[in-house]
Amino acid sequence: MVLQLIQGLFNGLSIGSVLLVVALGLAIVFGLMGVINLAHGELMMLGAYTTFVVQNTFRPLGEPVFSFYIFAALPMAFLVAALVGLALERGVIRFLYGRPLETLLATWGVSLILRQFVRSVNGSLALSLGVFCLLFFGAWVILSRLRRDWSELRNRVLWGVGILSGAIAFFTHKVLDSNPTFSTLWFSARNVDVTAPPWLRGGIPLGNFQLPYARIFIIVLTLICVVGIYWFLNRSNWGLRIRAVTQNRNMSACLGIPTDRVDALTFALGSGLAGVAGVAIALLGSVGPNTGQNYIVDAFMVVVVGGVGNLFGTIIAAMAIGIVTYLIGSGTIAALLLPIDALKPVTEFFLFFATTSMAKVMVFALIIAFLQFKPAGIFAPKGRTAEL
Amino acid sequence: MTQVQDHSPTPQVLNPPLLGISGLNVYYGESHILRNVDLTVGQGQMVCLIGRNGVGKTTLLKTVMGLLSPREGQIRFRNEIITRKSPHQRARMGIGYVPQGREIIPRVTVRENLLLGLEARPQGRKGNDTIPEEIFDLFPVLKTMLHRMGGDLSGGQQQQLAIARALMGKPQLLVLDEPTEGIQPSIILEIEAAVRGIIEATGISVLLVEQHLHFVRQADRYYAMQKGGIVASGATKDLSQEVIQRFLSV
Repeated sequence: MVLQLIQGLFNGLSIGSVLLVVALGLAIVFGLMGVINLAHGELMMLGAYTTFVVQNTFRPLGEPVFSFYIFAALPMAFLVAALVGLALERGVIRFLYGRPLETLLATWGVSLILRQFVRSVNGSLALSLGVFCLLFFGAWVILSRLRRDWSELRNRVLWGVGILSGAIAFFTHKVLDSNPTFSTLWFSARNVDVTAPPWLRGGIPLGNFQLPYARIFIIVLTLICVVGIYWFLNRSNWGLRIRAVTQNRNMSACLGIPTDRVDALTFALGSGLAGVAGVAIALLGSVGPNTGQNYIVDAFMVVVVGGVGNLFGTIIAAMAIGIVTYLIGSGTIAALLLPIDALKPVTEFFLFFATTSMAKVMVFALIIAFLQFKPAGIFAPKGRTAEL
Repeated sequence: MTQVQDHSPTPQVLNPPLLGISGLNVYYGESHILRNVDLTVGQGQMVCLIGRNGVGKTTLLKTVMGLLSPREGQIRFRNEIITRKSPHQRARMGIGYVPQGREIIPRVTVRENLLLGLEARPQGRKGNDTIPEEIFDLFPVLKTMLHRMGGDLSGGQQQQLAIARALMGKPQLLVLDEPTEGIQPSIILEIEAAVRGIIEATGISVLLVEQHLHFVRQADRYYAMQKGGIVASGATKDLSQEVIQRFLSV
C-alpha cells in the first residue's frame, strides 16, 4: 500500500520533471518575455535530433567513450536550439514584439517549416542553404563595410542580393540532387531511436517495481537546469538586465541597457533550454518530426497554471500536474479507495478515468476549473506590483 | 533695465551648450505635437520647462531621451548629433532620465534598481556592485529599504529612488519630468534640496519639467511652452507674475 503510493509519487515526479524541463524554456520565452512561441516544440525536436546525431557520431568511437555521449549531447542540443532560436528572434520575432496574434501565426509557420525541414533535409538541401547564407550574409557584411550610405541603400540592395543568392543556391541544389550521396535523406519522415547509454538502462529495484535510471537522470537534469536558471536570473548581471527589460523595456533602455541584445540573449536562453528538454524526451521514446507537438500544449499548460512570469509557480505546477496525472491515470487512487465499500461510486468514477488519455481529460477539466478560481495561476503577482 | 532677457553669458559663443535642440518637430501619427522647438542647456545650467498640461513638455523630454523620434530637427549632446541614437546609447553618453511616473522596475529590489543605474556609465556595469555613500547622504530613506521590492515603495520613495538611480550612472545632464507630481509637501522640499545639492556638488546640468513654482525658481533659465512651441524664455529671476499666471497652473 505505502509502496504503491511511493511508486505513484515517484512516477508522478518523473512525469512532472519531464513537464518541467519542457516548460522551463517556455517559462522564460512566454513567461518573462511574453512571446507566444509555437515553434518551441520544434526547438525541442531539434534538440532530440541533435542527441540522435551526437549518438551516431559517438558510436564508432567504441564502448567507454560511447557511454558518455549524452554529456556531449546536452551542450550540443543547447547550442543548436539556442542558435536556431537566436535566428528566429533576430529574423522574425523582434519585429513582432507586442503583437501576440502575429507572433502566434508567424511562429506557427516557423514550426511547420522546421518540421518539414527535418523530413526533407539531405546533403544537397543543407549545402544549398549554406551557400545561400554565405552569399547573402557575406554580401551584407561586405557591403555594409564598403558603402558609407549603406542604411539608405540597404532595402533595395538586399532584395537584389537575396534573389541572386537564392538563384545560385537553387541551382546548387538542382546539381547536387542528381548525386546519390547528396540526395539521400538524413532523417526522413520516419521516427528515429535514441538508445540510452548502458548505464541509464535498468533501474533501482524497490519491492516489485523499479525506479528507472533514465527517469532519475531526467529528474537530476531538471534539478540542475532549475538551479542554473534560478542562479542566472537572480544573481548574474545579465539576469538582472533580463528581469529589468522584461518588466519595463523603455525605462531599461533609458538606463543604458541594450534592450535588443538582452531580448536576443533571453530568447536564445529559452530556446537552448528547449534543446536540453529535447535530450530528455529523446531518452523516453522515439523521436520524429512531430515530437515537439506532443509536448507544446503541456508546456503552455504548466506555465499558465503556475502563473505567467513566475519560475517557482512553474515548478509547483509541473510537479502537481505530473503527480495528479499519474495517480489518476495508473488507477492508484481507485486502488486506494477500493477497500472502502461506502465509496464505491467514487471508486468507479476514478476507475473510469484510469487510463493515460482519460487521465489527461480529467487533468484538463481540473485545470479549467482551477483557472476559474485563480485565473492568474498559482502564484499571481501580489501587492502594489500587481497593478503594473 | 532690459525686459525679459537672458543674463547668463550666451553659451553658443563661449563654449558649445551641453544640449542643443534646433527646429524639432515631433508627431504622434499625424498629430503635430512639437512645433519648431529650439532649446539649449548650458554646462552646469539648470533649465526649467513650464507650461500647462498637454503642451508637449513630456514629449520634448521623451524625444531628448530617444523614446520618440522627431520627424525634423536636430538634437546635439556634447557636440555630437544624437538624433538617430537609441535611448541606451544616449544614456551611456551621459543623459540621466527620471521619467514622469517614476518608472521604477517593480519586481526588482531597491538595491538592484540602483545597480541598474550603473549600466549608464560609459564602460557599463562590469560586475560593479557598490552603491556610493553619497546616494544615501542625499536620500537616507533608501538605505533602510534596500531589500524591498521597488514596486512596493510609496510614490515619494519611488521618486527619490528614481533620482538616485539616474545619479548612479554619473550623468552630465539630468532630465527630470515633474519630480514633485503627486508627492506630499515635506518630501517635495527634500527632493528640491537633493536636486540643489546634486548641482552644487557635481556641477551637472539639469533639464526639468515642473509645475511647482518654488521649485521652478531654483532654475537658472525657463522656457515656457504653449501648443507645442516655445513661446517665452529667459532667466527665472525675471519670471513675471504675468508669465506665471499664463504658464503655470497656479
